[in-house]
Amino acid sequence: MPKLTVDGVELEVPAGATVLQACELAGKEIPRFCYHERLSIAGNCRMCLVEVKPGPPKPQASCALPATEGQEIRTDSEMVRKAREGVMEFLLINHPLDCPICDQGGECDLQDQSVAYGRGASRYDENKRAVTEKYMGPLIKTVMTRCIHCTRCVRFSEEIAGVDEIGALYRGENMQISTYLEGAAKHELSANVIDLCPVGALTSRPYAFEARPWELKKTLSIDVSDAVGANIRVDSRGREVLRILPRVNDDVNEEWLTDKGRFCVDGLTRRRLDKPWLRLDGKLQAATWAEAFAAIGKINPGSSVAVIAGDMVDCETMFAAKKLAGALGSSLLEGRQTGLAYDCTNLAAVNFNTTFAGIENADAILIVGSQVRDEAALVNVRLRKAAKKGAKVFVVGPEWETTYAATFLGDDIAVIAKLPKEVSDAFKAAERPAIIVGGAGAAKGGIEAGLAFAEKFKLVRDGWNGFNVLHFSAARMGGLMLGYAQAGGIADIVAAKPRMVIALGADEVDYTKFAGSMIVYIGHHGDKGAHAADVVLPAAAFTEKDGTYVNTEGRVQYAEKAVFAPGDAREDWTILRAMADALGVSVGFDSFDALRAAMIAEVPALGTEGLAGYGALPEAPKVVKPEGMIAYPIKDRYLTNAICRASPTMQRCSAELLHGETFAEAAE
Amino acid sequence: MADRHPEPDSPELRARWGGFAFTPEWDAKAKEQIAHYPEGRQRSAVMALLDYAQRQVGEETRTQGWLPIPVIEYVAAYLDMPVIRVLEVASFYTMYNLQPVGRFHVQVCGTTPCMLRGAEDIIMACKQRGMAKGYTSEDGLWTLTEVECMGNCASAPMVQINDDNYEDLTPDRLDAVLNALAKGETPKAGTQEPGRHTVEPSGGPTTLTAMVTENHDYRGEW
Repeated sequence: MPKLTVDGVELEVPAGATVLQACELAGKEIPRFCYHERLSIAGNCRMCLVEVKPGPPKPQASCALPATEGQEIRTDSEMVRKAREGVMEFLLINHPLDCPICDQGGECDLQDQSVAYGRGASRYDENKRAVTEKYMGPLIKTVMTRCIHCTRCVRFSEEIAGVDEIGALYRGENMQISTYLEGAAKHELSANVIDLCPVGALTSRPYAFEARPWELKKTLSIDVSDAVGANIRVDSRGREVLRILPRVNDDVNEEWLTDKGRFCVDGLTRRRLDKPWLRLDGKLQAATWAEAFAAIGKINPGSSVAVIAGDMVDCETMFAAKKLAGALGSSLLEGRQTGLAYDCTNLAAVNFNTTFAGIENADAILIVGSQVRDEAALVNVRLRKAAKKGAKVFVVGPEWETTYAATFLGDDIAVIAKLPKEVSDAFKAAERPAIIVGGAGAAKGGIEAGLAFAEKFKLVRDGWNGFNVLHFSAARMGGLMLGYAQAGGIADIVAAKPRMVIALGADEVDYTKFAGSMIVYIGHHGDKGAHAADVVLPAAAFTEKDGTYVNTEGRVQYAEKAVFAPGDAREDWTILRAMADALGVSVGFDSFDALRAAMIAEVPALGTEGLAGYGALPEAPKVVKPEGMIAYPIKDRYLTNAICRASPTMQRCSAELLHGETFAEAAE
Repeated sequence: MADRHPEPDSPELRARWGGFAFTPEWDAKAKEQIAHYPEGRQRSAVMALLDYAQRQVGEETRTQGWLPIPVIEYVAAYLDMPVIRVLEVASFYTMYNLQPVGRFHVQVCGTTPCMLRGAEDIIMACKQRGMAKGYTSEDGLWTLTEVECMGNCASAPMVQINDDNYEDLTPDRLDAVLNALAKGETPKAGTQEPGRHTVEPSGGPTTLTAMVTENHDYRGEW
């Protein structure tokens, strides 16, 4: 714990801190470009210069200088001021003066810092360097003349993403950032370099020239494209969501966001259901709300009602539908659309118990049936961190390209019961062993086998719970907490032959099995569910309603409404409330607050933000016989839900990055 | 140097170099280089391997050699490292040629000491022979590059042609060297100044004069 002084104020900093971190602890702002908390230290922008005694009588780069006992650091001296002015002048020598046409304008580190620390005018009257544009794929727009060579993007792709896509070619003044042979960046987190870029060299291609940051309304929300529940900020103008950016939450997404979560926004305005539709003579025809509710009233299903929840619905919607079904006398609720039927009596057995932050500390990890990069890219980042710290990773399932060293144990899930010796030795020796069962594993009895595995290798020990289930759907844990699970899965619903099926944005269900039912689809996109429906009621997407989401580690999080739903679409709970009237029953709430209060009264854990806590793991079943070949459910990582499928950006990502189609670039 | 870029990736390039592999001789050398480093650190040998690859390409094309994209990829695969990291190295160091060169790669030093001693005349002499900076002459014999300091300042100006340095040049002496090379002869490398051996002071030594012919113990004179 070295003691030092910053601008005359004495303070103690943690061992291993840098001078820059010491200055921050003292409340001093240090300008920087290349330094980033989550990346390795490069020390090449020189913007963080400070004066340090003892040491050479010159300014030193604080980001790369360890804080030591007795240092006297000045951040306010004349030397520091002149050094910053000098560095800034050098950086601006080759930086174009195109702020008015630059998308980074208004949220540009270079702009802000040159205002705060620059000298106001340039003395440079030679020609500026110009750099040709580099193609980086459909998501990242490049204007490489603006690049100041901080190498954050290079370090991100190498250290966090783990794919070595981006590099710095040539040298000195001619250094250029590029992907290999200007190929598209294909990693599922590639667009995070847009946030990392301190200047306008890497900007968002779909968002190019759309808006200025000060025009946007910023709403705090939760990503629903997977079950990680990344914290996001929805930037909207008027009635349109223009972009989605990640928020910092060290427990969940650190400060990254998947490309899918970030760029599905243009799907929010396309293929939207903006008026009710009724199936008349086998064909969907536009209707009014009154006609739609009249049609629902005519169904008169009695208690023969089932509710199927989709992957992106919030807890309030599911609770409102549960109340409606309950008022009609039914408890046929299911959210696992594709037919999974694992046991949900103890939620600890279907939860990511280690937590995302905790899995970083695991030292032996067995992944059973999960293509983590597709299903939870941000968890993969954590696994990479664990592997970098020395964790041994084993995977049961078809091979996929891991971003860390991993051993594949074959496609057959039966291998869990008779592990190769090296694997069992690794788990016996491990101090913090963990298992992660994915959806494909759960489909083949992976959860029961995993519980047996957890007992055998004592995955639950003092301060450590190594049993994890990695879900893919954002609604899953919330749905399970609200009872959206039948013992036999969706097969039970099919067997019950309900007269009316209420589908809450459920687009992955095989509706051919419900041929005898009236299907009322409440959702926001004209996707597979709406195609099969008899009554389509237009509802709100996740940006258009307040909602509670529970991520796969059982973390309760709240999202806020950013914009209004388009056209005649309404928030889901109001539709369900009106349906109750049409069906002549009472659900017991008339406002969103009353609904939420009723939900919290029934499931108190949904009332507090943070980990819900499901208690101890159940005992493993006595006889476990996992068998079958694992097959990952996600065939196309960019088109996994209705919003993505409607999004031109995601369609192009799918076509170009996964299926190798080429697109001609329009000249600017 | 600003114009440096890899030869564009094309089907012809792939067809010509896609099957590149080290010959047994170069392969043995490459293995030896890798053995210099601990296991798992084989990437450290990347610079040597790029050089070997370039030399092997040179043997095949009878030039100094260069690094086509497929060859860079071969080296990356050989060392089990991301190809972008290899390209970074190959593009950083100017001694790796990213584009084909002629039979003789004439690298004229234009840095200050050479410039003061007449490098501009040397470049002009090259241009008069039909060379142009960054281009290979039509007969495929010459490629002219202006480079930065080669460390021969004491015998400036100098050119480096393939693996040899030619120093103390004048336009006439350069012509003599280039004519000899064109004829297939091997001119004397090093200084072209008559009577000079290496980089000793021209006009004879000015210090340690007693050491010229025999060993001399200066210690008593200190």
